[in-house]
Amino acid sequence: MKRLKRRYLALQLNVDCMPSEREFLDAVWSVVTRLFGEYGASLAGLALISYDCDLKAAVLRTNLGALDNVRAALATITSLGGRGAAVHVLAVSGTIKALQKNPKGFS
Amino acid sequence: MKRSFVDLHLRLSSSDLVHTQTLTAKAAELGYTFVAAPFAPGTKPDEIRKIKAFCADVGLDFVSRVDLRPRSENELLNLLRKLRRRFEILCVLCETKEIARQAAKDHRVDLLNFPLLDQRRRFFDRAEAELATCSNAGFEVDVKPLLVLEGPSRVRFLSCLRREVAVAVEFRLPIVLSSGASEVLLMRKPREVAALALLFGLKGDAALDAVSEVPAGVVKKNREKLGVGFVAPGIRLIKQGEDC
Repeated sequence: MKRLKRRYLALQLNVDCMPSEREFLDAVWSVVTRLFGEYGASLAGLALISYDCDLKAAVLRTNLGALDNVRAALATITSLGGRGAAVHVLAVSGTIKALQKNPKGFS
Repeated sequence: MKRSFVDLHLRLSSSDLVHTQTLTAKAAELGYTFVAAPFAPGTKPDEIRKIKAFCADVGLDFVSRVDLRPRSENELLNLLRKLRRRFEILCVLCETKEIARQAAKDHRVDLLNFPLLDQRRRFFDRAEAELATCSNAGFEVDVKPLLVLEGPSRVRFLSCLRREVAVAVEFRLPIVLSSGASEVLLMRKPREVAALALLFGLKGDAALDAVSEVPAGVVKKNREKLGVGFVAPGIRLIKQGEDC
């Protein structure tokens, strides 16, 4: 069976008041579902790997095939936890280790 | 070679300097090299110079731009005659079919922007694209509506954009992706803007070119035209005097 390739995205949250981990993940699922439907969201294989309130950063995992869709969906986030926000992708990598080594990435 | 990214449509407020500084600093942080903001046609050169200086402080190259919203074809021609040499980018906001057609025909127009979201009042079709191909005007897409609209209105807007972009690609029209942002939270990184273009059928390198090479090419061409010594495309004055 062919191995499923994944990508890890280091994200920077541009927000005044950090939402909870749950609120952030709900917002991500919500935008992916709104843009690509439940079928598209199921193909994305999204998982929150880490979430840091102090650094206002998060690491999200997605399937390689859905990477472009997830990027587009993340760009449409305009609010988190009811407050205005923006989510920027800092770096994308195939492994968490490589992401941590990336100077732009989340460490 | 590293791409330099361009946002040709940042909505700055020339009277609010704090707002201008915040937006330009954010644009630099997001990775843009060139930014342009529309000014009112009567803006004094001093005001533009002041904003250029702000941008230079944060490492941005500022491009002056004017958005024309004429009510008739004659008014458009008058404005083009008056303003072409005063601004680096000249964009026409096409709100009627007559204006859209006249703007597409005129080689002094750099960008055609269709600001209305109602699909019956967007006049970018095959005829418009054919005219624009001859004059080499670019088709500008602002991504802001994709961020602020929701539900059926965004669906309709996306379907409209997909059709228009397909026409622009068919006629090999330059496509320029801009943010159209007036606040920091609506600004996106160039690669995120390119990712949003995926939603209306612009993929991969074509999307990245629309936020880098295509708008940078428009700026370069116009700066060359506005520079001293320009005679005609491909002809410039190199030396002047008796010993030539």
